[in-house]
Amino acid sequence: MRAWLKAFALLAVAALGWQVATGLRFGEPGSAKTDEYYLAHAQEETGANNVVTAIVFDYRGFDTLGEATVLFTAVLGTGLALRRTRKGEEGEE
Amino acid sequence: MSLIVRFMARLAWPLCLVYGLYVVLHGHLTPGGGFQGGAVMATGAALMLVSRGWSREEAESHERRMHWLETLGLAGFWLLALGGLLHGAAFFHNWPANTGGLFGGAVAPGPNAGRLWTGGTIPMMNLAVGLEVLGGLSVILHGFGRVMGEAERDAEGEKREAGDVE
Repeated sequence: MRAWLKAFALLAVAALGWQVATGLRFGEPGSAKTDEYYLAHAQEETGANNVVTAIVFDYRGFDTLGEATVLFTAVLGTGLALRRTRKGEEGEE
Repeated sequence: MSLIVRFMARLAWPLCLVYGLYVVLHGHLTPGGGFQGGAVMATGAALMLVSRGWSREEAESHERRMHWLETLGLAGFWLLALGGLLHGAAFFHNWPANTGGLFGGAVAPGPNAGRLWTGGTIPMMNLAVGLEVLGGLSVILHGFGRVMGEAERDAEGEKREAGDVE
């Protein structure tokens, strides 16, 4: 049963990879409407010369908020993990 | 840590900090931004930690300050995003852009040299994220430094107990 599942998963991944590698044409996106809108309007709408930053912090700001939250959570987790060893050692003393 | 390493770290850390601040403040004009500049500033903080032989109390108080910096950065990011709601627009609306106020300068379309006081909330958010990254990475550095220091002290203690210390 597990061997069959493994074979099926491998086949599915291979089919998806084949589709991505051959089915889509490289450098020709299906629709470039948003890209062109950003390039044409980012400077006048946001006042930022750097269009990448304009997208990251203005048009897609919500995604960046998630990114910053991920960093914050990672720091909290690291701090928690490193703090616990210290308290354990103090408890042993 | 050898004297040479500590001396070079003492020379390099203010430069790292200033360069990181430059990358953060020019995030809306040049490549880079809050995350990248914050990482550069955190490198400066790491070099500063190397160059100073801080006691445990000093390191802990610095870590607490860095924790505050991280929290303030994320809170500032949230508040700047909520500012759009206060001005009758969507969350993350860029309200100061092109108003002539702080960071509200207008930009000529097309290639130009770029002016610092443009971009609306973008430079402010860059600064907030930069402070958050600096604080967060510094807290992680402090955590690893503390664990390494404890391991060193433990090893010395075991040596002393075994009578290996001359």
